[in-house]
Amino acid sequence: MSKYPVKNREIMQGSIAVAETIGALEPGVIGVYPITPQTHIVEHLARLVANGAINSRYINADSEFSAASILYGAASAGVRSYSASSSQGLLLMTEVIFNMAGTRLPGVFSAVNRSLSPPINIQVDHQDTMTLRDSGLIQIYVENIQEAVDTHVQIYRIAEDREVLLPAMVCMDGWIISHAYEPVTLWQEDAVKEFAGSYDPPFKVDPRKPLTYGALTDDDKITEFKYMVDSALCRTENKIVQAAELFREEFGNFHGDVVEKYYTDDAKIIIVAMGSVVGTIKEAVDRMRAGGKKVGLLKIRSFRPFPAAAVRELLSGAEMAIVVDRSFSASAGGILGSEIKANLYHQNGPVLFNYIAGIGGRELYPHSIMEIVQESETAFSKDCVPDGAVFFNLNEELL
Amino acid sequence: MKGLARENYLAPGHNACPGCGVSIAVRLILRAIGNNVIVVSPTGCLETFTSPYGMSAWEVPWVHSLFENAPAVASGIEAALQYKGNPDTQVVVIGGDGATFDIGLGSLSGMLERNHNILYICYDNEAYMNTGIQRSSATPMGASTSTTPVGSKSYGEALPKKNMLTFALAHNIEYVASAAIAYPRDLMNKVKRGLDLKGAAYLHVITPCTLGWGFEPDETIELSRLGVQAGIFPLVEYENGELTRVRKIKELKPVKEYLGSQKRFSHLEEAEYENVKESIKEIVRQNVKKYGLLER
Repeated sequence: MSKYPVKNREIMQGSIAVAETIGALEPGVIGVYPITPQTHIVEHLARLVANGAINSRYINADSEFSAASILYGAASAGVRSYSASSSQGLLLMTEVIFNMAGTRLPGVFSAVNRSLSPPINIQVDHQDTMTLRDSGLIQIYVENIQEAVDTHVQIYRIAEDREVLLPAMVCMDGWIISHAYEPVTLWQEDAVKEFAGSYDPPFKVDPRKPLTYGALTDDDKITEFKYMVDSALCRTENKIVQAAELFREEFGNFHGDVVEKYYTDDAKIIIVAMGSVVGTIKEAVDRMRAGGKKVGLLKIRSFRPFPAAAVRELLSGAEMAIVVDRSFSASAGGILGSEIKANLYHQNGPVLFNYIAGIGGRELYPHSIMEIVQESETAFSKDCVPDGAVFFNLNEELL
Repeated sequence: MKGLARENYLAPGHNACPGCGVSIAVRLILRAIGNNVIVVSPTGCLETFTSPYGMSAWEVPWVHSLFENAPAVASGIEAALQYKGNPDTQVVVIGGDGATFDIGLGSLSGMLERNHNILYICYDNEAYMNTGIQRSSATPMGASTSTTPVGSKSYGEALPKKNMLTFALAHNIEYVASAAIAYPRDLMNKVKRGLDLKGAAYLHVITPCTLGWGFEPDETIELSRLGVQAGIFPLVEYENGELTRVRKIKELKPVKEYLGSQKRFSHLEEAEYENVKESIKEIVRQNVKKYGLLER
């Protein structure tokens, strides 16, 4: 028998494993609106409610905008809440997510990453969630189904901490994580509930103690409110580290804290990435290491808060850093690449390469990663490092 | 009146304009509800004049999130109260016509269709008054606003007002009604009725706006009464889709008197706009017929 609170271990679809985990946490209010590839999660939760397995109030909203607003209402009344979305749906939630962060209401979202239109495409990239990055939302990107499950167990504890109180999003790649089948460990309900703790905010709407939410402020106060969101998100970094450590102790699994390092200690070349491609990159690193190349990987697990210190420390010894981005800010390069670059400014750090790759589900194989590394090494040795980001494997004929 | 709170749950000293119809309506509404309530308001006049940080006028819990999501936020609160086993606290939305008729219409439809136990009250001042009198789909035909100004090719708002009562009724909810601040007893009774019935309820309250309509601050109540008595704003009540009560009018006041008392319609006095006035009179004739407004 395991010393950890294993409920069962079976081959399961990512979405179902996540939905089972949310079911174990039993949020009081679930607000949903369907969008591919997120739908399997909310469908499974609907079954759990329909069968009486969980007692949550399940609300079929009229849009993602309303679904997020339902979470806002529930959180303001002091009840744990949950939703899931993808792509356009996340953009429709954007206004509400800024609002939740600003009024310090910690709803939890599963974001099943998918490209943004146009052209309409239902495959994975990170443009949807990266577009929410300035809101004050906590964002953790996961690598595989097990990490998706374990991060959902950790996330409420982080978001609902009284020193945090911010909305949070577990970002899991569409299809590759949501629809794939892998052996997964699910955890016992009571252990999961205990780990998450209870949502006990210092303020909530209650007729016994009338408070005003969402007041109007002028220029004399607004900067301070914005500052408090910023500092709460900064404080979150420690909470993510603590939750990951505690989870390792109590459940035995560890997927990194704010980052995960893979052969970084002696690496001359460090690849930086987030999401499911990390697994592919690990395979590529193994192959390159077998060939004697000193290459490593830095997985960004927490993109918000941004793990600036860890990034600086881990990249400081490398000659080259190669950021593989699944999103970009038009004319300004890959979004992760830009942030890494900004954090290396004034550091005696590595030369930075930024590839925009894997957009709209375009497959990235271990050999694609090795090709990127090879290309970067050649540019580095010839001292002709590209000025900005490079779109990987562009089909010139379509341009 | 029996069963009304003595306390005033909208504290004085807020920033409403002198003669504001909304502040009068909300004071009456809160007297009818009492204080076991959570109020949600979208962005708008009411939100702005009651909620400067540190100077809230609300003596009951009050939530403002965004312009277009108050019904969904209220849905979340109502669901949370049910989850916690607290069905006694009322959830009420009080929002303006812009939030109700236009930008929040989808969210409102969701709330009504799902039949949450929420009373939705629209305070209708017939334009986006908070942002400077731009037209909404509640703006009546012929009214000059900052986005439907009168000019050589414009007589003001060209379209008739959207019918929100019909919209609400389409959701098969138990209670739909309209009220006016000139009839406070009727208004408060309708608030209470909307709360007593379980499920979603929609109450429409006409709140004249001194700035946007163009009248003196001491004329607010009179103008509200005139709108009702001219057949412009019928006061009606529906239960389970059936028209159950109508405030009858002894003798219709002339439409001309109603239009003539507001600057937004002052251009209609010109002879060239006779056809616009005819269209407005036709709207009144339809109201009289549809609701049986006249006493016989």
